[in-house]
Amino acid sequence: MSEQKDLKRIEEEKARWETETLKPALAQTPERAERFTTVSMTPVERLYTPTDLPEWDYAKELGFPGEYPYTRGVQPTMYRGKLWTMRMFAGYGTAVETNRRFKYLLEQGQMGLSTAFDLPTLMGYDSDHPSSAGEVGKCGVAIDSLADMETLFEGIPLGEVTTSMTISSPAAVLWAMYIAVCEKQGVPYHQIGGTVQNDILKEYIAQKEYIYPITPSVRLVTDTILFGARHLPRWNTVSISGYHIREAGATALQELAFTLADGMVYVEESIKAGLEVDAFAPRLSFFFDCHNDLFEEVAKFRAARRLWARIMRERFGAKDPRSWLLRTHAQTAGCSLTAQQPRNNVIRVTIQALAAVLGGTQSLHTNAMDEALALPTEEAATIALRTQQIIAHESGVTNTVDPVAGSYYVETLTNQMEEGVWEYFRRIDDLGGMIRAIEKGFPQREIADAAYAYQQAIERGEKIIVGVNRFTEEQEEPIPTLTIDREAEERQVERLQALRRLRDKDAVMRSLEALRQAAAGNDPWGKDLLMPRILDAVRAYATLGEIMDVFREVWGEYKEPSII
Amino acid sequence: MAAKVEKKIRVLIAKPGLDGHDRGAKVIARAFRDAGMEVIYTGLRQTPEMIVSAAIQEDVDAIGMSCLSGAHMYLFPRVMELLKERGVDDILVFGGGTIPTDDIPKLKAAGLATIFTPGTTTTEAIEFVKHNIKNKDLINE
Repeated sequence: MSEQKDLKRIEEEKARWETETLKPALAQTPERAERFTTVSMTPVERLYTPTDLPEWDYAKELGFPGEYPYTRGVQPTMYRGKLWTMRMFAGYGTAVETNRRFKYLLEQGQMGLSTAFDLPTLMGYDSDHPSSAGEVGKCGVAIDSLADMETLFEGIPLGEVTTSMTISSPAAVLWAMYIAVCEKQGVPYHQIGGTVQNDILKEYIAQKEYIYPITPSVRLVTDTILFGARHLPRWNTVSISGYHIREAGATALQELAFTLADGMVYVEESIKAGLEVDAFAPRLSFFFDCHNDLFEEVAKFRAARRLWARIMRERFGAKDPRSWLLRTHAQTAGCSLTAQQPRNNVIRVTIQALAAVLGGTQSLHTNAMDEALALPTEEAATIALRTQQIIAHESGVTNTVDPVAGSYYVETLTNQMEEGVWEYFRRIDDLGGMIRAIEKGFPQREIADAAYAYQQAIERGEKIIVGVNRFTEEQEEPIPTLTIDREAEERQVERLQALRRLRDKDAVMRSLEALRQAAAGNDPWGKDLLMPRILDAVRAYATLGEIMDVFREVWGEYKEPSII
Repeated sequence: MAAKVEKKIRVLIAKPGLDGHDRGAKVIARAFRDAGMEVIYTGLRQTPEMIVSAAIQEDVDAIGMSCLSGAHMYLFPRVMELLKERGVDDILVFGGGTIPTDDIPKLKAAGLATIFTPGTTTTEAIEFVKHNIKNKDLINE
């Protein structure tokens, strides 16, 4: 950063300050704690100065916004040009109810849709499957077939709105349903924009909504990347997700390391499938969590962009600058919300959202204050959206690009984050790559250890959670929560059974048989591509469960190693 | 000098239903183990039938269930029903997860001893189990 002699002078001055000013102050008033750490338990020093950045090179570490290595942001003007997409996650009950919520959110100024599916849908079961009992429509919308998808987007112009769908194991099928709805609305393929989560590796690591063994699951993902690269150039076929990794208890560093390691697997596999890296890399997107520790989170986003740019350019030889860009959606940390004094969650969410914005996210979801208790009420969801709007339009932080750059603390944290990630990559490589590491339970164990350590720090009072282990109240005023209509399950099952009676059964059987042959075939990137067959099955109104069962029969199901 | 055999409290930690959010279940399982209990963790996606069978087979003193999907009003009472059908009345059953405040009295009426919501400490949970298990021989203080 500075000339050597400047650094030496600062070091000398710092030593003087420590003796003359700091020491007597400490003697009089000791600090609040022996040691200070981030929310991820990384040590935090009292003071950061240019001496913490001895080799720091502006051009190499930061560069300029919109240019390699993108530490300062993916766009040259960032939020001066365009604000991030305010994308609130929504979905509950049946397609009819969620369609209503979607329209409400669009009227409130939301810019893109984000769909939450219920657990049977996430697990590839129809609503009348025995395992679905009690779960239908509970934490997302129930989708059994194209008919439900048609209802979900009725009256919403899919050529104008982009849609994100949070689904992984059955992502190919839900995406096919979405494409089929676009076909019916007359939207040409090249205009269809949005994201399907489709990150199966993080399911084995953290969220655990896996179905099949890892290898065929990754094939399914690669198949969608291939299809997207050929036919839907505006669609993000994978949103490589750290969110769930963090929610499962990972530190910020672990979240970053494991997410990028997962991303590298998709790149390697797509190259193996015969794609040029630049043909698909620009359509990979990311999804990160954003916790309470403002500067640590900002550093995470900045380090993420720099790391991915280096990985894509140096490891994979990508030449198109768009392939170097890490574009991300962020969501405030659900795991940080408390059931105690739930209104305090509004403030937590504000700090987290601010961190995501200072970190330079492209899209943001803010959690609602009641989410430690239930799905958000309309009022709580509106406050969460207003939080983003206030940051965007009133706080002033959007008026200049990467305003925290050059902070000795933030730049040091960013560097530490990057170094720590490279160290994790070495450990993962030693285990034989990320897929092997997951099979051995490595990331799972690291995360479980971090979760436990954090919980213990809270219980020792080392980490203070307002309203939980400090500033508690005996009697708390409850807040209203959303109740999911109990009859939604019955209505959905009736609707599904009516569909099974009405559709062309022979067409369904034929399409499923073609899919079965492709899944069992041994030319996965040639004649056995899955997406076109899935699309045929979906158009014939085969149900999600029927399609996923074809794969269950051919590939079997995954059993996870038990780790406590 | 008669050697006193100290029997440990046995707890089954279960994840009923389809959700895979097992952070809370794992943290509580580890904390119970560190507190000297014997812990059996079922792993994910257990039906109420599987949970009740495992609890009987393992002869546990307590069952702790974690659910974040909103299906607790179906899954938790179903476990209580099945325990009753099998004539089991000496197991302490408790739950945790994302549970709306309004549902807690209903779950207690269904026979659950308590519900831990996000923010509960492992110490509180350990103390609760130690003081409330039905086999009073195990309460040694």
